[in-house]
Amino acid sequence: MRPGAWPRSDFMSAAVSPIAGMPSTAFLGEPAEGSRPTVTAACAHCGSPVPTGQMYCCAGCASARDIIEGMGLGRYYAQRLLDAGSRALRPEPAERWDLARHIVAKPDGTKELTLAVDGLQCGACVWLIESVLAKEPAVTAGRVNMTTRRLRLGWNGTNDDADRLVGRIETLGYRLVPFDVPALAAARDRTGRMLMRSLAVAGFAAGNTMLISVGIWAGQGHVIDPIGPATMALLHWVSALIAMPAIAYAGRPFFASALAALRQRRTNMDVPVSLGVWLVTGLSLMETIQGRDHTYFDSAVTLLFFLLVGRVLDHRARGQARATAEQLLALRSADVAVLQPDGSIRRAGQEQVAEGDMVLVTSGERIGVDGILASGTAMLDTSLVTGESVPVEATAGTVVYAGTLNLGATLTIRTTATGGATLLAECVRLIEAAESRRGRFVVLADRVAQRYAPAVHLCALLTFLWWFFAMGAPAEQALLTASAVLIITCPCALALAVPAVQVIATSRLFRGGMLLKSPTALERLADVDTVVFDKTGTLTDPLPGLCGCPDPAALREAASIAVSSRHPLARALVSAAGSVVPAEGVVEHPGQGLAAGDVRLGSRAFCGVAEGMADGPEIWLCRPGQAPVRFRFDERPRLDAAEIVGRLRNMGLTVKLISGDRTEQVQRIADQLGIDDWQAGCNPVDKVAAIEALAKQGRKVLMVGDGINDSPALAAASVSASPATAADVSQTVADLVFQGTKLEPILIALRTARRAKSVMRQNLALSIGYNIAMVPLAAAGLVTPWLAAAAMSSSSLMVMVNSLRLNRDAKQ
Amino acid sequence: MTVILFLLIISLTIAAGGLWFFMWSLRSGQYDDMDGAANRILFDDPNDAPARKKIPARAVR
Repeated sequence: MRPGAWPRSDFMSAAVSPIAGMPSTAFLGEPAEGSRPTVTAACAHCGSPVPTGQMYCCAGCASARDIIEGMGLGRYYAQRLLDAGSRALRPEPAERWDLARHIVAKPDGTKELTLAVDGLQCGACVWLIESVLAKEPAVTAGRVNMTTRRLRLGWNGTNDDADRLVGRIETLGYRLVPFDVPALAAARDRTGRMLMRSLAVAGFAAGNTMLISVGIWAGQGHVIDPIGPATMALLHWVSALIAMPAIAYAGRPFFASALAALRQRRTNMDVPVSLGVWLVTGLSLMETIQGRDHTYFDSAVTLLFFLLVGRVLDHRARGQARATAEQLLALRSADVAVLQPDGSIRRAGQEQVAEGDMVLVTSGERIGVDGILASGTAMLDTSLVTGESVPVEATAGTVVYAGTLNLGATLTIRTTATGGATLLAECVRLIEAAESRRGRFVVLADRVAQRYAPAVHLCALLTFLWWFFAMGAPAEQALLTASAVLIITCPCALALAVPAVQVIATSRLFRGGMLLKSPTALERLADVDTVVFDKTGTLTDPLPGLCGCPDPAALREAASIAVSSRHPLARALVSAAGSVVPAEGVVEHPGQGLAAGDVRLGSRAFCGVAEGMADGPEIWLCRPGQAPVRFRFDERPRLDAAEIVGRLRNMGLTVKLISGDRTEQVQRIADQLGIDDWQAGCNPVDKVAAIEALAKQGRKVLMVGDGINDSPALAAASVSASPATAADVSQTVADLVFQGTKLEPILIALRTARRAKSVMRQNLALSIGYNIAMVPLAAAGLVTPWLAAAAMSSSSLMVMVNSLRLNRDAKQ
Repeated sequence: MTVILFLLIISLTIAAGGLWFFMWSLRSGQYDDMDGAANRILFDDPNDAPARKKIPARAVR
């Protein structure tokens, strides 16, 4: 964590720098404008203000610059200036990971490790990390992927070398966390490549058949002299030979999805698409064999090409959102310090801790297991677990749950439950139950497809019957005309109508720091008529706020000391003080406080304040010869909470507050924000019941929550959102994860979803209208291949252009 | 009209070459890190002699 953080443009690195599940720098708020007179210089490494005459703000920065200059990589400081918003990172003491269990031994004897990198800001960071690794003789591969923010490290040597290499990067200020690529991500990668390959093949075939088709159309005698029948046949056969393998290859995503839907006795948009493509191809092949002119190979391939463009973009936008969400989770997951019987400490993954193991939790760390407090007293922040906002005092024998934050001294916990027996596992069971009750949401496009497909097929049948019986045409001609109806109604624009909008909306939200994880979430968001908020950490700031400021000078002095600590209250103090110059010679006494010479900052006992008892989170500042100053903290609503609640109401939404906290706390916040419909003291089951009661009334509920106790309710609501500071399980369940200190993303997401849905409707109306206009032409037997191609392309383009309006509206 | 045969074969061969080239670039991981590639070109390395240890482009997925 970089206390006294600078405002940064890059939302990833600004919002993601959490240490072991702590709220990130972004939540400290931006430093106040204007610096103090003593500040005239900037640290030669990280650029934060330092007193005159000093080069560095801390020893970490000095050694980082030493290392960089020593390796001859001093150009880094010049290169990073290419990106105005970026600064070097201030190195922090990093927690140690048990890297060994993430290392993969390769068959050629090298070792390999994938790490998530936190702190990447611009290309200079990538260059620096890679250059440092390239100077290590043992390293065989060290490449940073800037898109996914991952470092793949390969080296010759032992597992112990990993610690040294990782430590080398960490001294530069980056944070590296082992990242096991989950099976799901690998499968997503494969799908993405498959789509890209299909797109390439479809593009190749579409271009070439279209080129040949132009020759065919021109050669039919309307424009130039007709070409001979043998040449014509050759052109048709070449088209067929290009198009048919391409359709078989590039159409697989659609055929597979259509088959899967049919097997479940449902239909989706891919069913009419697949059917149309096959019919068109089959008919064209027949025409080619019989030496006639009506081939539609170009239409079939172009249709696939357009649809694949939509699929690829959609896959990319959502893949990126998911990868970012995974990154957030990976950076927060932490190892647990297990106390061995011989007194030594072993770092292990949470899943490796056995029942009865003693676990050490340092001050400011999140507890990783369920257990019983073995000794001493503790100050615990259980807000993520129970929603209780006031930290509780716990004594030996108290039951504590994973997810609780330790605000006091280092604790020892005896593990009582692992795996399926934890509170978390209980919540996961509730989530599964809630999800199974929620029922499947049928997307707009599929609802349309369910009516569209039978209607089109009926039209084709009627056309055939009309020509065969009423007009007395030969069966072959009647069949050809009926097929023309199917071709002209082939739902190209219809199939593009929704994905095109989804891609634009999803990537727009992504740029704004909102990760839309589910493909159907956009449509579900648009239907929302009730918003249910959790209180702690959702409506209120995840970091406690300072209650009043007794003395600005004392606050500044306290903050200059507090900068050296990662303790949540110290960080809250720093954020309240604004711009801070770090004090020198600060010594941290874990669990008690900080000392800089004679000045002490910390708990009541540490500062020698004898009388009274803490009635909430507090820090004392004790200076020689002066009365101790007390800084009290309390939870406060997010900056824009009241405004957003009001604006949501103006949009016609009902706003509710359901919290696990005590009545007086909930009432206080509800009154502040003007929410009159609130419930307090709810456990996870109550919350789910409340959401389901709303659903029974026919309401579409958006649940916004962050705690483990909210996760079942998130799953039960028709759509859900979580801040990026939320518990892992909540973020996993939520459809939308938003970053930053404000609630505004909720409003933006709702607005975007509503706009998107109305554009989707317009698109559907446009494309259906187009088809309706063309059906009479087709039924009358007037459609020729070039007309079909023109109609198909122009309707697709129209839908695309209409979808792009969404982007333009957003910019205004 | 044999000239059209030549034209068809030549144009299709060129296009197939383009397709193969795209497939190759996809397979070798050139689309995996679009942001990184855009930034990397800005930093030239003075010691960029041909003998430099090569970092395979496929190193990161």
